[in-house]
Amino acid sequence: MSTHSYPLGGYGPQRRSAWSKITTRGSVAWRLDWLLLLAATALSCLGGVLIYSATRNRTEINQGDPYYFLYRHAFSFAVGLVLMAVTVWLGHRRLRGAVPVLYGLSLLLTLLVLTPLGATINGQRAWIQLGAGFSLQPAELTKISVILGMAMLLAARVDAGDREYPDHRTVLQALAMAAAPIAVILMMPDLGSVMVLVLIVLGVLLASGASNRWVVGLVTAGAGGAVLVWALGVLDEYQINRFAAFANPALDPSGVGYNTNQARIAIGSGGLTGKGLFEGTQTTGQFVPEQQTDFIFSVAGEELGFVGGGLIIALMGVVLWRACRIARETTELYGTIVASGVIAWLAFQTFENIGMTLGIMPVAGLPLPFVSFGGTSMFATWIAIGLLQSIKVQRPVSA
Amino acid sequence: MSNIPETGRTPRVTIRLVAIQILVFSLLLTLGGRLWYLQIRNGDEYQEKAAGNHVQQVVNPAPRGAILDARGVPLADNQTRLVVTASRTELMKMPDDGEAVLARLAEVLKMKPAEIQQRVRLCDSETPQPCWNGSPYQPIPVTDEATTEQALQIRERTEEFPGINAEPAAVRHYPAPYGANTSQVLGYLSPVTDEEIEKAKDTDSPFLSSDQIGRSGLERSYNKDLRGDAGVTRYEVDKLGRVMGRGESEQAEAGSSLITSLDSRVQAVAERELEKAMKEARKQHDDNTGRNYEADAGAVVVMESKTGRVVSMASNPEYDPNAWVGGISAKDYKRLTGAGSNFPLINRAIQGLSAPGSVFKVVSTAAALKAGHDFNDTFDCSPSYTIGGQEFKNYESKGYGSINLGRALEVSCDTVFYRLAHKEWLKDGGTKPKKDPADWFYKTARDFGLGEKTGIDVPNEVSGRIPGRQWKKDYWEANKDQWCKVKDAKTYAEKIAKENCVSGMKMRAGDSVNYSIGQGDTLVTPVQMATIYAAISNGGTLYDPTVGKAVVNAAGTKVDEIEPKAHGKLPIGKSELKEMDKALEGVATRGTAAWRFGGWPQDKIPMHAKTGTAEVAGKQTTSWFTTYTEDYTVVMTISQGGTGSGASGPAVRNIYNELYGVDEKGGIDEKRALLPKPESALPKVSSDGQVQAERDKAFLKRLKKDDGGSVSDPAEGDSPADTGGTGATGETGVPGQSVEPGAEGEPGAQTVADGQTAATDGAGGQGGGTGGDGASTAGTNAARTESRGRSGTPAQVDDGGAE
Repeated sequence: MSTHSYPLGGYGPQRRSAWSKITTRGSVAWRLDWLLLLAATALSCLGGVLIYSATRNRTEINQGDPYYFLYRHAFSFAVGLVLMAVTVWLGHRRLRGAVPVLYGLSLLLTLLVLTPLGATINGQRAWIQLGAGFSLQPAELTKISVILGMAMLLAARVDAGDREYPDHRTVLQALAMAAAPIAVILMMPDLGSVMVLVLIVLGVLLASGASNRWVVGLVTAGAGGAVLVWALGVLDEYQINRFAAFANPALDPSGVGYNTNQARIAIGSGGLTGKGLFEGTQTTGQFVPEQQTDFIFSVAGEELGFVGGGLIIALMGVVLWRACRIARETTELYGTIVASGVIAWLAFQTFENIGMTLGIMPVAGLPLPFVSFGGTSMFATWIAIGLLQSIKVQRPVSA
Repeated sequence: MSNIPETGRTPRVTIRLVAIQILVFSLLLTLGGRLWYLQIRNGDEYQEKAAGNHVQQVVNPAPRGAILDARGVPLADNQTRLVVTASRTELMKMPDDGEAVLARLAEVLKMKPAEIQQRVRLCDSETPQPCWNGSPYQPIPVTDEATTEQALQIRERTEEFPGINAEPAAVRHYPAPYGANTSQVLGYLSPVTDEEIEKAKDTDSPFLSSDQIGRSGLERSYNKDLRGDAGVTRYEVDKLGRVMGRGESEQAEAGSSLITSLDSRVQAVAERELEKAMKEARKQHDDNTGRNYEADAGAVVVMESKTGRVVSMASNPEYDPNAWVGGISAKDYKRLTGAGSNFPLINRAIQGLSAPGSVFKVVSTAAALKAGHDFNDTFDCSPSYTIGGQEFKNYESKGYGSINLGRALEVSCDTVFYRLAHKEWLKDGGTKPKKDPADWFYKTARDFGLGEKTGIDVPNEVSGRIPGRQWKKDYWEANKDQWCKVKDAKTYAEKIAKENCVSGMKMRAGDSVNYSIGQGDTLVTPVQMATIYAAISNGGTLYDPTVGKAVVNAAGTKVDEIEPKAHGKLPIGKSELKEMDKALEGVATRGTAAWRFGGWPQDKIPMHAKTGTAEVAGKQTTSWFTTYTEDYTVVMTISQGGTGSGASGPAVRNIYNELYGVDEKGGIDEKRALLPKPESALPKVSSDGQVQAERDKAFLKRLKKDDGGSVSDPAEGDSPADTGGTGATGETGVPGQSVEPGAEGEPGAQTVADGQTAATDGAGGQGGGTGGDGASTAGTNAARTESRGRSGTPAQVDDGGAE
């Protein structure tokens, strides 16, 4: 490279060479999965529009500024893009070494929630207030650390070529690793996140090639645990109501039944093409609680109709399709496991979130990835996209 | 050392990855399918629900139409008052069922707590009045006489008075022009019941839960015209009830006004004269019973002879119809319906039954003609007439020798009619009646319309009774057990019973002769007699008496006149009717009523009359006085009042004096005459629906002079008591719109709250008022929120930025 510098810059050979470094064939930018990036970006932007529609006249929460939530969402999105870029730059392999630290940090943050630093919203102690209207939801970050931590353990000996599949001892270690944060989150109690984490563990185990016995055992244990939790009365009354009311809103007509009922009315009344953006009576009338976060899909359903709702599902389909491709095409097990964990996470969280607004899943406080308002969720999902991109970019090219 | 393939993947992982992918996409497909199911398949259902969700209906009750007299003076209209209401639904939510709130309210309103408790309890079979018989979801009026200060206190301390509201509202008002209550004719309103709402749900005029409906009188019979159509303003609201926008709305259509043929001045005269006559009768000693006359009830009907229109209808005892407005108090209710009340709610003119006595003789005369006698045939008017040893006497056992039918009417000779009736009875077979008896006396009475309702447009008229042969049989069947129980008859009543037991199933000679002079089992109402005498006056047409003259819509653009209808013709030929007419004139000039019409200008205003003194077993005699001129028929009766001309004569004379402007000496002062000719034209309805009417100041002055100033009429002086126009705010001093903003009220957000006055847009400018001193009903109506949405939605009160 020349040490010669051109005063005007921009068109100098150094620049060009730096640009070309990432744009030439075979470079990082060339190898990025742009379709995945586009789909996730589209979801985030659509989310911004829907959040704006849902909050522009909720004066009791938007501090009198109709753009309050839109700005925050845009900011989170921007930060999310940066986090993705950083993740790609670092590379999932380089992160592999830092996994124990990341895991430890996230576990610490999760524990902090249970201290007086934690904040309770909607009966859940799941947030850490950062001040200035920002808050952190460590459970979101836990999803990443569990994926990375388990992948690290499970893939270590396989990728080293020692074994074909992870042995029982490794699987047990990995499960123990996941169990610790899950236990903490269960105490919050953030059932939604627990459900997602359990599904992540299942996805990770499946992709790791662990013995069928583990997979079957985990599913059995999960079902048994759910029955036990129910039977022992660990759950609060409101949680049981929340759970059952999705099927029968009359069980809890003023609580969660009301939410699901109103969300269903909002979506159902949207028809094929919706009532038009900002024209939804359910949305402008603020009949659906938590509409910018957990029930954001109802805005799309009401105002954009089947077309808009279908678009969100389709975009999520694109994200998951690309993720599945990445999982399948990478040659190392570590990448496969991480990608599968992300797939299990995004797929289940999407299904649970949209499913609950449509009344086919119990109500659990989970955001719709990319679309819902919520900083930590946005950060976590974009880091996940970063991980997927990194797996694709750093795929060892076979000779 | 590796058995790992080039792709770095074992078959197990590959298969599992495919499985994951299939699973993921089936989840997404499930979502898509469910979305299609909700939005495309069931979209309509949810669209409906969404519409119901965000639309709140504010019902703007239609201002009720006024009831006006023939000159346009309001007899019933609306007035803006401060109404304090209590919401039962709110009160019942409290642990003590709102007792504490009501107690505080009682203190503010200076009422007894028990009284308020009674007003808000629901009526059922075991709960006596006062109680609320309207919809339990409707705010219940506690008082409509709150002062501005009280209303402000209630509003400013909303936290102390949850469920209590104080606001201006249009309430029914009966102004009683010239002191004429016209109570029983006008009737009264009370809230619609749940059953009525349910019943009328699918008709073309369903009720609102806030509706008041006419329960008696004109308020009832013309309810459909008067009530109008309530409007609905549909507001798009958010979850908290804040107004987001206006939906499709219907304006309230004010009720039509009813113009009646009543003349409030004549009504005032009639009511006063009746009252005076009854008071006077109570001073008179009754020789038969040895005590003063009770004069417990009475009625007057003033009717236009040629049309059957009712100019005045008074029934005594009367009451102030305003007692019903805003819910009746326990005291008032007892006074109106209690055992010792003498039942002032009964309209004696159409519901009061008594034997007609001698005023029935026009019927008997017609029957005699029908039976083949000639008007100028002569009959022996002996002092008495004996049948089978029983002596039937003339009044005061007077005899007039051989006289014709006309003279028999003039002097009211009983024995002439005894003779005639007995002869017919014998002709029909006596105690062994022919198979098909002629029964002229009974048939003729029916042809006169007796035993049937006249069809007057005031509800609950009774039909009276003409005791035919079948009736006697039925009556005997029903009573024989009672009668035949008597073994050893000692008292008069027991003797009668015993006799009835033996022969009561038959038409006996005594029955038929008693019947011929309007005694016995015959029962008639004053309005029936008025119809008959009006028919004699007008050439034989029996009109259905009508009070309603025209229904004018609120805008004044549509006037539906109510044409007089006839229900029959008198069964007398023209010349015979003329003879009868002459005979009745003779009654007024030289017969039984002559002493009451001394100095009457008979040449200018020919007067006709018939007197009647009906005997009632166990009671004092009923006074009957039936009179007519060319234009008017006046019938008066006083129960236990004495003789016809004696008790009722002066009152009837005075009514005529006022109608025609006749003074005691017989001079006619046309300026003084209230109504020398019946009012044929309708009062002027101006283009905005207002009916122009001025009080007759001269008449008012005269009334005051007569009474020493005790006549109360709202038109006195120049300051009308009724609030006019849209005076919801100005008159009451309480701002109609600016209620304290609710705690959650957002600045600039409009809120529709239960019972809040929602601007005047619903009915604004509709008119329907009565102009002059009458309250214009426009815009004074309180709007009501009927939430079709979730009942849990907190209703807020907000200043709404209406000003």
